[in-house]
Amino acid sequence: MTQLALVIDLNVCVGCHACVTSCKEWNTSGSAGAMSDDRPYGADPTGTFFNRVQTFEVGSFPNTETVHFPKSCLHCEEPPCVPVCPTGASYKRKEDGIVLVDYDKCIGCKYCSWACPYGVREIDEHQKVMKKCTLCVDRIYDQSLPEAERKPACVLACPTSARLFGDVHDSESVVSVAIRESGGYALMPEWGTKPANHYLPRRKTQIRIHADELMRADNPLKKERLLPQPDKSEPSLDDVTSW
Amino acid sequence: MHPAFSVIFLTTLIGAGQGLFLALYTGQVYAFFHLLPQADGRFYAIGSLIALLLLIGGLVASFFHLGHPERAWRSAAKWRTSWLSREVIVLPAFMGVVFLFGVAHSLGWHAALVTFGTLTLDATMVLGVLGTVLCFALFICTAMIYACLKFLQEWHSPLTVVNYLLLGSASGFTLATAYSAYAAPDLVGFYGEWAMVITLLALVTRAASLVRNARLKPKSTLQTAIGVRHGQIVQKSQGFMGGSFNTREFFHGKGAGLLRSVKWVFLALVFVLPMLLLAGGLSFSYGGLLSAAVLVQYIGLLAERWFFFAQANHPQNLYYQTIS
Amino acid sequence: MQQSVSHTENSKDCVEVKNTTCYMCACRCGIRVTVKNGEVRYIEGNPEHPLNQGVICAKGSSGIMKQYSPARLTQPLRRKPGSERGAGEFEPISWEEAFTLMADRLAKIRSTDPKKFALFTGRDQMQALTGLFAKQFGTPNYAAHGGFCSVNMAAGMIYTIGGSFWEFGGPDLDRAKLFVMIGTAEDHHSNPMKIALSKFKRNGGRFVSINPVRTGYSAIADEWVPIRPGTDGALLLALIHEIIRLGLYDRDFLVQYSNSAELVNLDEKSSEFGMFVRTEVPEEEGCFDPQNKLWWDRVSNKPVVTHSEGADPFLRGEFKLKDGTPVKPSFQLLQERVEDYTPEWAEGITGISAETIRRLAHEMGVTARDQKIELPIAWTDTWGKEHETVTGNPVAFHAMRGLAAHSNGFHTIRAMSILMSLLGTIDRPGGFRHKAPFPRPIPPCAKTPKGPEGVQPNTPLGGMALGWPAEPDDLFVDENGEPVRLDKAFSWEYPLAVHGLMHNAITNAWRGDPYSIDTMLIFMANMAWNSSMNTVQVRDMLKDKREDGEYKIPFLIVCDAFQSEMTAFADLVLPDTTYLERHDVMSMLDRPISEFDGPVDSVRIPVVPPTGECKPFQEVLIELGSRLKLPVFVNPDGSRKYRDYPDFITNYETEPGSGIGFLAGWRGKGGEKFMRGEPNPRQWEMYAKNNCVYQYHLPRSYQYMRNWNQGYLEWAQRHRLTRYAEPINIHIYSEVLQKFRLAAQGKTDGRQPPERLRKRIETYFDPLPFYYEPLEVQLSDNAKYPLNAVTQRPMAMYHSWDSQNAWLRQIHAHNYLFVNPVTAQTQGIADGDWIWVESMHGKVRCMCRYTEALEPGTVWTWNAIGKAKGAWNLALEANESEKGFLLNHLISEELPANRDGDHLSNSDPVTGQAAWYDVKVKIYKAAEGEPEQTSPQFEPVPAAPGTNKVRRAWQAFFAGKGEWK
Ligand SMILES: Nc1nc2c(c(=O)[nH]1)N[C@H]1C(S)=C(S)[C@@H](COP(=O)(O)OP(=O)(O)OC[C@H]3O[C@@H](n4cnc5c(=O)[nH]c(N)nc54)[C@H](O)[C@@H]3O)O[C@H]1N2
Ligand SMILES: Nc1nc2c(c(=O)[nH]1)N[C@H]1C(S)=C(S)[C@@H](COP(=O)(O)OP(=O)(O)OC[C@H]3O[C@@H](n4cnc5c(=O)[nH]c(N)nc54)[C@H](O)[C@@H]3O)O[C@H]1N2
Ligand code: SF4
Ligand code: SF4
Ligand code: SF4
Ligand code: SF4
Ligand code: SF4
Ligand SMILES: [Mo]
Repeated sequence: MTQLALVIDLNVCVGCHACVTSCKEWNTSGSAGAMSDDRPYGADPTGTFFNRVQTFEVGSFPNTETVHFPKSCLHCEEPPCVPVCPTGASYKRKEDGIVLVDYDKCIGCKYCSWACPYGVREIDEHQKVMKKCTLCVDRIYDQSLPEAERKPACVLACPTSARLFGDVHDSESVVSVAIRESGGYALMPEWGTKPANHYLPRRKTQIRIHADELMRADNPLKKERLLPQPDKSEPSLDDVTSW
Repeated sequence: MHPAFSVIFLTTLIGAGQGLFLALYTGQVYAFFHLLPQADGRFYAIGSLIALLLLIGGLVASFFHLGHPERAWRSAAKWRTSWLSREVIVLPAFMGVVFLFGVAHSLGWHAALVTFGTLTLDATMVLGVLGTVLCFALFICTAMIYACLKFLQEWHSPLTVVNYLLLGSASGFTLATAYSAYAAPDLVGFYGEWAMVITLLALVTRAASLVRNARLKPKSTLQTAIGVRHGQIVQKSQGFMGGSFNTREFFHGKGAGLLRSVKWVFLALVFVLPMLLLAGGLSFSYGGLLSAAVLVQYIGLLAERWFFFAQANHPQNLYYQTIS
Repeated sequence: MQQSVSHTENSKDCVEVKNTTCYMCACRCGIRVTVKNGEVRYIEGNPEHPLNQGVICAKGSSGIMKQYSPARLTQPLRRKPGSERGAGEFEPISWEEAFTLMADRLAKIRSTDPKKFALFTGRDQMQALTGLFAKQFGTPNYAAHGGFCSVNMAAGMIYTIGGSFWEFGGPDLDRAKLFVMIGTAEDHHSNPMKIALSKFKRNGGRFVSINPVRTGYSAIADEWVPIRPGTDGALLLALIHEIIRLGLYDRDFLVQYSNSAELVNLDEKSSEFGMFVRTEVPEEEGCFDPQNKLWWDRVSNKPVVTHSEGADPFLRGEFKLKDGTPVKPSFQLLQERVEDYTPEWAEGITGISAETIRRLAHEMGVTARDQKIELPIAWTDTWGKEHETVTGNPVAFHAMRGLAAHSNGFHTIRAMSILMSLLGTIDRPGGFRHKAPFPRPIPPCAKTPKGPEGVQPNTPLGGMALGWPAEPDDLFVDENGEPVRLDKAFSWEYPLAVHGLMHNAITNAWRGDPYSIDTMLIFMANMAWNSSMNTVQVRDMLKDKREDGEYKIPFLIVCDAFQSEMTAFADLVLPDTTYLERHDVMSMLDRPISEFDGPVDSVRIPVVPPTGECKPFQEVLIELGSRLKLPVFVNPDGSRKYRDYPDFITNYETEPGSGIGFLAGWRGKGGEKFMRGEPNPRQWEMYAKNNCVYQYHLPRSYQYMRNWNQGYLEWAQRHRLTRYAEPINIHIYSEVLQKFRLAAQGKTDGRQPPERLRKRIETYFDPLPFYYEPLEVQLSDNAKYPLNAVTQRPMAMYHSWDSQNAWLRQIHAHNYLFVNPVTAQTQGIADGDWIWVESMHGKVRCMCRYTEALEPGTVWTWNAIGKAKGAWNLALEANESEKGFLLNHLISEELPANRDGDHLSNSDPVTGQAAWYDVKVKIYKAAEGEPEQTSPQFEPVPAAPGTNKVRRAWQAFFAGKGEWK
């Protein structure tokens, strides 16, 4: 069974929001209808987005980490948002595990959004239906696109390639390998939702330098006759041995 | 959660309607066992009509909650999994039975269907049994809509179901008390006493849920939300500044002080005052006090329901703390 | 609906996909634009483009919202007769009227005193054309954004290593092992940098970021080194100190490829004091470094000509020439310079512990030394020596305005360039790599006229408007040593102001110092807001009048695509097209998009027709040039030479028959040549077919060590990138600076600075880098204003121009002042409080946001999120003007009067780089009852006639239906 998903590498995500607006751009003039914006040029502009990038600060100065954190629907394997939907508008596809909303069936009761612990569903205030990340289902199977471009818009956009896309049930896929090898984890595991999307943690590279590496035979100071030498007046073995 | 008035009215109105039906039928059952004088058909018929109106009011309110009310019929589809869907089925069924119950009474369908000694079961009694079953089912469906969401920890408890049941019943019995003061003065004492008992029970269970909720420890934290293990994590930006569905739907936007006041207000209005009013009304046989009890208690229930939503802290809120 | 799998399958729709180049920022990524039934439906990165390789950023993805923004200007506008400047009251006029107006006025200026016309252009990418226009017109008063942007970076590096960061070079993160990023925010060299950073991290490289703030790029650094602003010079010099002390430098590299071993004359009485000792006068003089200096050979213990066969010079020591002249290798002077710049000393200045400084120095030195890369690439150096391999020391640096935008930035950047050189990382794998047309000679050849005689009526300027002075004689000053240019660039005040000082143009013109002008044409610069310091007063200057009622700057023309803060002050507004509507070239004559492995240039080709009456500014210049009969734009008989801009690009050659034009690709009659060749009538088509890019890959052996790579230098010479194929040795020690210092000391016969500036020149033209406190800090009451205030650009906004963008402004609707909680709490300021930020120049009310990712002595905010009311056609209650603020109000364009004079620019004394990040401030809580609104506020301006009408309550973009919902 296939379970498509995104894996997001927090180790390289710089928080640029490319995945936010490329998602909006792809989806707003897509077949499923435009994503509205309220007060687009007024006070407190707000609109429908499928993907948001947030920023967290971890620790206190000077040991602060700034973590950029993109989040869209995690396409849970046990999606609590699906069974609660009274109309069946929210559903999880058998063939690839994508969780979708059928806008034609949705009555806009918002109940599914209450049932999602991750805050990734957004009702479109004017189309009045529940929306969320579709994993770009209208791109990834589009035979008219070259194979390499049959990926979600946000994945193609991401400048740091922090967004990986693939089948988490295929143990050899890029996403499975990344999860396995880089310590991929799920959000809020406490709820048993089994999110298909995973996150890769920050990793740190350090350089360790041993004291003896600082002074070596090929030190250029030697050519200048400037390598530090002990002072002649310093005591030596020579002075105290008598055999 | 952001308390939506449509849902507040929906749940309180149908709760009262359900309670009223239960009261009516309880009276009939008592009479059936000859524990009470039999009220006339009009009492039940008009009572059922009031219950039905309350149910309709609730239903109408619920439509305001929907983005696409014209598609509401679709929501019966997923009764196998969705409590909301179940509610959507049970509510009209229940309304139908209440309607028939009222009709049966007003048309005097008392032809015996079954007889056990001195007890004869007629259509009204059978409809009443059916109605009661549906009524309980409806309480359960409505409450389970909230109680089934496990990460809304404030709601995820049997107490939610018990409270919906008892609060709805209390309001229905109080209403029945006031109603009977005008329509069947013989029954005032019966309803009034029951109303007080149920209100008291509801106070106990509601208080229990308050105590429980006060002690809740949120299972989700910023640590589990973003998967970083560190004692100090603060959000700096939620990714947008002018708000979004996620900030509008899941936050009540009011201060903790207001929340606390609303709690005391509803405790007074739902429980303490109505009981005093009921007791006063019964002892002085003054219908005005009983009507006041209905009104006060209903207003209290609006506050209670507002509080019920506002107090529920959705884990998604962890992701929507700060703008910058 | 979800069932349909394709956006494009509906055959009724007319869907086209066109390639062009993005211009949501200056990065110039390749994009593919899907146009559906004539409307832009989708913009994605072009996977075949070398720069962005298919990725696209947040701004690039929001291009649609710019194309259809409500702020778009669509008609030429004239200030309503009788209305006041700045009130923004306009009436539409025709282009013919606009051209007549301009041509008449400019013709008069040109025939009398061409310098009374000033042309300043902001964050544009067509300086090749605007510069050409200005030169042809004959005015010296031309500059672009460089002077207020990062000229310190350009000049500091080019005067040291012959190339610089950003368009002209960068870190080779494919091969680096250690990457040190200094003072770079989060979107510099946007997509390419992000692509590279992520690859670098995934390859296990170590990334260190030195920055008072940790956001953006720094967020993913392995180590964040918070530094006090303006003190990087101290850090870098201490790093150099430690590296020299331990001998962790690449001696062979320094000997061969820099002037480290060259002997400096230390005879204080000599007019040659501080200059390199020369053996003989070179046969040919030119802008190159003749190889006629001396080394002191270790083997023979005698002076020898540099690079003599078999010689191995001392880098350290003190020697006497036969004639008794005391000399030292310049490296010895460097060592002496940094002797006292110890890590302990730097700790007190930078706030970085001495231990950390030492460790960083060790990491750099040891990584460079022990992780050497040897690529099997044979090459020959300019001394004829053949090398089997190319060596790389994999430590890479990148720095930007955190270093540049300080008045001590030039020397800081020299110090950084020297550190990079000590580690042996210049144009080598894993280090710094050049991009064509760099490396260029130190300094490059282009020069301005040397005096006022270069400016003559009806005559092109007698030199370039901007150039690269190599000595005092190259300055652009009159006989009293006073400036010829309005912005005083290339005068003794800012001798190496190689990008001009646009930030002083308005103030100087207003004050009439050095003179008044008549007409100012501003293209693509928001000088009434973002690119001016002291914005409140600059806005007043723009509308200030003389006694006789005439404006102090009599005529202001603004070419913009949007209703910015600037357009309100125009007498004439020229509505430009957007990047999706016009032809453009990213020319080798300007700042191309070259890659490390060879030159690349690119074009824009319109994907949709112009909106309304919008006209590309390029067309405006060609039309004006033709009307004014500027020589290059007309035939000998005075008739118009170029039909339009595309025609100009195809056929223009820098000199008749030079074969050099704006575009390097597909030259020659049939497109068979590149870099040089006759015009090709089908050149645009060929660009269009090739993703709008021309990319040339140099042979592998020409890709490295280009300062000294004979093959490359000859290739560059043949293809006319450079005039000489001479080695470009690194200037550890800068003779150029010493020449100015000698003049200031009165030791040379040539031009001398005016008395008042002698001390200043002598101090700041030090041939070796040194640390000094930024000028404004020297002149500030630091007890009263204890905090440094800086800005950063957010990734999702380009300068001031994206608030009109309905998607991007949701991400940044207003800005906060970020403050470390420790700092805020001492003032009793809580997170989210309204506060005042005050400098000695002004104050701003805004909101405070706590952050732990900040050096406690610094406060910062996002740049240019705050807006003036009414600008950009935003609602009056928009967050940008109600809660957003601009830090520029606190920054002065001039220093307080001081020893060196009055009205000196708040800039680096060497380069004239605007010192944005020198400002010192204090913060305090706004009083109870003050309005919760940012201050200052400005009188709102009405929407300009013809701006796009859009839905205001709500909208949803749905392309291809021709409608907004
Ligand atoms: N406080 C502070 N101020 C700063 C800086 C800082 O770090 N801190 N940074 C400085 C730097 S480095 C720079 S480069 C400047 C940039 O400052 P500016 O050059 O003033 O840049 P913008 O604010 O983007 O304004 C550019 C103008 O170009 C217009 N425009 C956009 N697209 C087009 C087009 O296609 N055609 C035409 N004709 N016009 C167009 C916009 O509407 C806008 O009015 O800001 C400087 N200001
Ligand atoms: N999205 C987006 N991208 C842009 C632009 C934009 O407006 N928006 N503008 C473009 C332009 S014109 C330019 S010039 C570039 C500029 O690119 P950058 O130079 O990266 O941009 P700045 O925003 O000036 O950021 C300066 C950085 O230096 C830090 N800093 C300030 N003072 C010091 C100091 O003394 N020492 C150190 N070590 N750090 C310091 C600041 O915290 C900040 O991180 O960006 C370009 N890219
Ligand atoms: S596009 Fe990539 S780097 Fe940018 S915010 Fe999204 S995931 Fe992070
Ligand atoms: S993330 Fe939320 S909306 Fe998406 S599948 Fe999981 S529960 Fe459903
Ligand atoms: S809002 Fe739509 S998708 Fe969500 S539960 Fe209701 S009907 Fe289902
Ligand atoms: S997969 Fe598609 S819909 Fe989902 S966040 Fe990415 S771009 Fe948006
Ligand atoms: S970095 Fe973004 S805005 Fe800049 S040119 Fe590239 S895609 Fe366009
Ligand atoms: Mo800039």
